[in-house]
Amino acid sequence: MRVLIPSPLRSYTQGKSEVTGSGATLAAMLANLEAAFPGIRFRMIDEQDRIRRHIRIFVNREQVHDLSARLSGRDEVQIVCALTGG
Amino acid sequence: MKRRSARAGSMGSRRPARRSRGAGPSVRGRDDRRVVLLVATRKGAFIYYGDSQRKSWRVDGPHFLGHIVNHLVLDPRDGRTLLAASRTGHLGPTIFRTVDMGRTWQEAAHPPAFPKAAEGERARAVDYTFWLSPAHPTEPNAWYAGTSPPALFRSEDGGMTWASVEGWNDHSMYLKWNPPQDGTPDGPILHSVLVDPRDPNHMYLRGNGGTFESPDKGRSWRPLNKGVEANFVPGPEPEYGQDTHCLWLHPLKPDRLYQQSHCGIYRLDRPGEQWERIGNNMPREIGDIGFPIVLHPRDPDTVWVFPMDGTSVWPRTSPQGRPAAYRSRDAGETWERQDRGFPRAQAWFTVKRQGFSADECDPVGLYLGTTSGELWMSANEGASWRQIAAHLPEIYAVVAAMSP
Repeated sequence: MRVLIPSPLRSYTQGKSEVTGSGATLAAMLANLEAAFPGIRFRMIDEQDRIRRHIRIFVNREQVHDLSARLSGRDEVQIVCALTGG
Repeated sequence: MKRRSARAGSMGSRRPARRSRGAGPSVRGRDDRRVVLLVATRKGAFIYYGDSQRKSWRVDGPHFLGHIVNHLVLDPRDGRTLLAASRTGHLGPTIFRTVDMGRTWQEAAHPPAFPKAAEGERARAVDYTFWLSPAHPTEPNAWYAGTSPPALFRSEDGGMTWASVEGWNDHSMYLKWNPPQDGTPDGPILHSVLVDPRDPNHMYLRGNGGTFESPDKGRSWRPLNKGVEANFVPGPEPEYGQDTHCLWLHPLKPDRLYQQSHCGIYRLDRPGEQWERIGNNMPREIGDIGFPIVLHPRDPDTVWVFPMDGTSVWPRTSPQGRPAAYRSRDAGETWERQDRGFPRAQAWFTVKRQGFSADECDPVGLYLGTTSGELWMSANEGASWRQIAAHLPEIYAVVAAMSP
């Protein structure tokens, strides 16, 4: 599946804005992403498996809030960093 | 796990940082040593290299531009391991490590994080790491980290992996000792993790409810706040709940502790238990409120503070808009104002608790960073001051280290 990476996380993906992910759930996809790009998961997901406050994850343009969300190989996962202020 | 190169840095360092000294005598300033200032800001880290006279300064940075860097600390034991506590507005907290003064950085494989909570347990997450301390010299790769929420973590491998110190983080009194609704605008914090140079098991720290002591390397803790005012809670002076802004022990006289508290300046000589409010000897119109306190590296009776306005709504700026350090050379009996070189009026400095430090040279150099991004120094123990940088982001921490 396509996984779109926001600029703050591209230091982990060698600058790539899009990588290929795999996994039947968001949790599995993130585990595979971590294996490929070590350190990336903890910057998005805290130690209690909660999506961090200023991270949004969309699957086919629908926001998901839980790592148990089901995924298929045709899905597009978009990770967005959402924060305003100085 | 990952090695990512960052910005180019320069010279390495093999000399100890004053702040993190362990046992043993201080080395007097020598001609071949240079002062390096480790400046952590809300928008990145900067390293300033002084010349042999501490006159001109060369900046290397920013490192991690846009990252919130709370602390940048050089290991005095190997003189080259430098850790940075970092996060960004979007991304979770982590630790970066360099052994070549920032030429290349490596991210911690397992940054400070709580264990995964079982069903029904309190599910805590580290918001950011606020504080870094090398452990005792006999434990060469061990470090401590203090975080928000106020928790203690320990690394055994030079900062690459971190484990929760359960003796503090899971203490039965944790919620009473760390009232969750209190704390800084950025949340409650744990800091001032100090290790007795004579005994790696004997530690102090600042939790969100004051000063605490452990005799057994963090397995057990007890409050150490007698005599410290807590005028923000009703009733008589509590056993805990005080607000220690900054705490240091003297490396050459480790039974001598100083703290700048929310409610004044205090000294404690162990094995005594009762803090003495040495800030009562400050001029009444200045008061004894502030964030940092700095110790002289060789004289346990000499200490500096940087007072701020703690009246009415607590502006936390220099009283009357006239910045000044105050020095005591008699362990707090008397204080002298040191303002030569600072603006005489309309200068509303705020210097945070990690933003003021001393080098090991003779005479001692003092360095402070303001929240308005100015870096100031004194090369003569506070007698006069000059600005060495301006226009930086909000400065959180200034640590003076020594390099060849």
